[in-house]
Amino acid sequence: MLLSLMIFIPLLGMIVVLLLPRESEELVKRVTLLFTLIPLALAVYLFITYDRSTAGTQFFHGPVPWIDAFNIQYHIGVDGLSVTLLLLTALLGPICVIASWRNIEKGIKAYMALFLLLETGMLGFFAALDLFLFYVFFELTLLPMYFLIGIWGGPRREYAAIKFFLYTLFGSVLMLVAMIAVYLNSNIVNGVAEGLRTFDIPTLITLAATQGHALADSDFQIWVFLGFFIGFAVKVPIFPFHTWLPDAHVEAPTAISVILAGILLKMGTYGLVRVNMAMFPQGLDHFTNGIGFWGNSLALLGFINIVYGSFCALAQTDFKKLVAYSSIGHMGFVILGLAARNDPGITGAILQMFNHGVISAMLFLLVGVLYDRAHHREINGFGGLGTRMPIYTGITTLAFMASLGLPGLSGFVGEALSLLGAYDKFKFLTILSTIGIVVGAAYFLWTLQRVFLGTLNPKYEALSEINGREILTLVPLAILTVLLGVWPNLAIDMFRESVTNLINVLHAI
Amino acid sequence: MQPLSNIDSLLHFSPEILLVIFATAVIILDLIVKNRESVAVAHLALVGCLCTLAAVLFIHFSFGKGEPVSLFLGMIQLDVFSTFFKVLLLLATAATILFSLRSEELDAKLKGEYYALLLVITLGMFLMASATNLLMIFIALETVSLTSYILAGFLTHNPRSSEAAFKYITYGAVASGTMLFGLSLLFGMAGTGDLTQIGGRLAELLASGEVSSLTLLIAITFVLAGIGYKIASVPFHMWSPDVYEGAPIPITAFLSVASKSAGFALFIRFFYTGFGSTGLMEAVDWPFMLAIVSALTMTVGNLAALPQQNVKRLLAYSSIAHGGYLLMGGVLLTSEGIGAILFYLVVYLFMNLGAFYVVVLVANEMGSETINGYRGLSSRAPLVAVAMMTFLFSLTGIPPFAGFFGKWILFTAVLEQGYYWLALVGLLNSVVSLYYYARIVKAMFLEDTSEETDRVSFSTGTFALLSVFVIPTVFIGFLNIFYTFSNISVSVIPMQ
Repeated sequence: MLLSLMIFIPLLGMIVVLLLPRESEELVKRVTLLFTLIPLALAVYLFITYDRSTAGTQFFHGPVPWIDAFNIQYHIGVDGLSVTLLLLTALLGPICVIASWRNIEKGIKAYMALFLLLETGMLGFFAALDLFLFYVFFELTLLPMYFLIGIWGGPRREYAAIKFFLYTLFGSVLMLVAMIAVYLNSNIVNGVAEGLRTFDIPTLITLAATQGHALADSDFQIWVFLGFFIGFAVKVPIFPFHTWLPDAHVEAPTAISVILAGILLKMGTYGLVRVNMAMFPQGLDHFTNGIGFWGNSLALLGFINIVYGSFCALAQTDFKKLVAYSSIGHMGFVILGLAARNDPGITGAILQMFNHGVISAMLFLLVGVLYDRAHHREINGFGGLGTRMPIYTGITTLAFMASLGLPGLSGFVGEALSLLGAYDKFKFLTILSTIGIVVGAAYFLWTLQRVFLGTLNPKYEALSEINGREILTLVPLAILTVLLGVWPNLAIDMFRESVTNLINVLHAI
Repeated sequence: MQPLSNIDSLLHFSPEILLVIFATAVIILDLIVKNRESVAVAHLALVGCLCTLAAVLFIHFSFGKGEPVSLFLGMIQLDVFSTFFKVLLLLATAATILFSLRSEELDAKLKGEYYALLLVITLGMFLMASATNLLMIFIALETVSLTSYILAGFLTHNPRSSEAAFKYITYGAVASGTMLFGLSLLFGMAGTGDLTQIGGRLAELLASGEVSSLTLLIAITFVLAGIGYKIASVPFHMWSPDVYEGAPIPITAFLSVASKSAGFALFIRFFYTGFGSTGLMEAVDWPFMLAIVSALTMTVGNLAALPQQNVKRLLAYSSIAHGGYLLMGGVLLTSEGIGAILFYLVVYLFMNLGAFYVVVLVANEMGSETINGYRGLSSRAPLVAVAMMTFLFSLTGIPPFAGFFGKWILFTAVLEQGYYWLALVGLLNSVVSLYYYARIVKAMFLEDTSEETDRVSFSTGTFALLSVFVIPTVFIGFLNIFYTFSNISVSVIPMQ
């Protein structure tokens, strides 16, 4: 019940915001902030009271029958992985509202309403335990995102918005086919249909591990794995489905870039863990067993993401595009870690999901701060800002260092664990992937040098220092970055049991 | 099941009789009322729809609760299936009358004929949904066709409308002629026009070798021309973009929803009742033919819609594409497939009529039917823009709108029968369709108007009517009762 409350409070907030008069902009903002702070409070409560010693789902609501004809149920609940990502989502909610406080000039009411709808979609997605519900929440994020990029975005917003929409929908329909195929086979044991079909994720995971069940057939698993994989790969994004991301990130307003990088990309990797890995271990095995081309394919994609993303980032002169491509690189570590299928690999991947959510959110907020003042993002157009904006420079340096994987900050732990796990299975690819880390250090340090060091561009003599509101959005994220850098077990303890459980499933085949 | 005699049938036939009475009354009232601006005629037609609806429901609930009854010595059949379509068609007709009341392009002088013809076309569609005899099928189809020619050309001052009517009649005549030839071949072979017997006869003749499967193939293909023309399936779809663009908007809306629904009713009954037996399908694999037609129809419709600038024309192509999706359900030979078609038709009724209603409103207020005319609608009429957005995304099939649930049960039915290629074609087509639907959304929400930004105000009645379409488009998918339509198909699919 608590969880349902958390998911639907932003939706209630959307209705409230829509009923407010158009003129009272301050009120709209405050109400929105309130309706994003309540889920945050609930998420913190979940985080604290979550029983870390078991892998089972907790705080569940349902199953409540919804569409009887297809045995679709309303069923939600959290395990260690989802509770971590719910916390991240709930945390970025109010941060994004504060970050949008002054930057959104037109239609603030519609903006906030769509933002709240988006938050419901994201929270619901991470908590859904019914595959159909999962899909509906997954798609529910599309509409608000399309409008948020398309209406409040930059000059090429229309192109970016429809590209994002089309790519994601393309992935979703393949996922839909796979989902229907899973549903239709969910009651077939040894070729005979018995009982009701189901969408219930925990039930499906059990069935897929049952000898003789249609879902446990390895050919079937490979095909549905592919269907779901493409759906999630577009979202992550995994090469070659990544081209929507730089466009969407660059055109989206700051707060929406934060959500895109912080949460939407995690929806892809979360889906890979929740559905592809847990439900189709044999399908996963086919793509990660290290034999031949297909056996290395997932790790190969991770490697391409890391190296290709990093090199693309190195070539950018637009600050925001650089951060966008660096996201592609960092999501590669998640894929590589998941492909390893062992304890350090999966733990590292999940940790990296959370950490990347925090760090990339910081980076996009920082880019936004600079853009609001200078009205451009050309890296070569700045120089010597360190003297004008010392606090800003300090926070940016922290975020850069965290992102490039400096030990002691959170980015390091996740990437190191992912590589550690992957080295066990894919030695050659892992060694090559470290190129990405070197290039990552190169582009971040080079950017630091071009923007903050050197002589001050006289145009920016009057640039004002980062203000209190902006610091307020960055401080919680900075604290988390340092905290998880020195005490990663704070997060790892949350999902340790879930990972152990997942590995047992993976090894049972 | 013993067919009722002509006299006994009359009571069961009362909805159709009521339609005829009201059509006549509309014409007489039009002669009496001198005031050209009066809306009395339209209201009488509306009352006619409601009375007919009441009669349909009364007959359904008072006589055998939908047990099939054969009327007029086997000419038409009254069952749940036809009742379902009658209700659907009456809703579409009532909506069309309401649109026409608000549309400013119709000629006030001709409104008596206009509303009378609407009622007559509904009568024809009733017959299409219930005909079980080859002759009756042809008469029903012609009743609908001839009236639609007149209605398509109703804007006498507009050359495009006349062109639409002319094209419609030319294609229509060819299609009817071809179909009639096919029907006569069937009658000639089987010696009976009764759909319930024709399948058995033909199977016997095929088994004894008196009829070759080639002749049967030709006959069925020819009949398909007539039905394909009504549901605008490839390659008989060419008329629809021109007609949809030229006809008055309410008529376009009516044709795209009602004509298509009636076409599907006829299609399902003709093929399932007449040619659903295994023996016949071995000789002529019509489900496979239709699967190909379905894939082509949706692909051609969607690809042709991509570059359109005129919203009516765009919706015409989109309606062709939706015919393709619906056809998928028809090739499955399962009650789930039929149930999915029926569910989708209900959803399609609301979302497509809603979209056309917005087209009427925009044409009235902005005087434009092109996508550019929709620019900045979100700031000028936010509620209308949001409603249009709902309809368009529902047509695309994006959750949480009803269109998604419609596609969902359609594709589930398709995949259940193992037609993976067809489902993939359909789903990829949905992705393509997003592009052109989103172009309208983009114009409404994403593009700023350069010129005027005055708010456009609409009456409460307009919003009330709009919400009649918006609310089902949002909520149908969440209600359990709409998922039981597969039971309706029982009377159509013969027991194997």
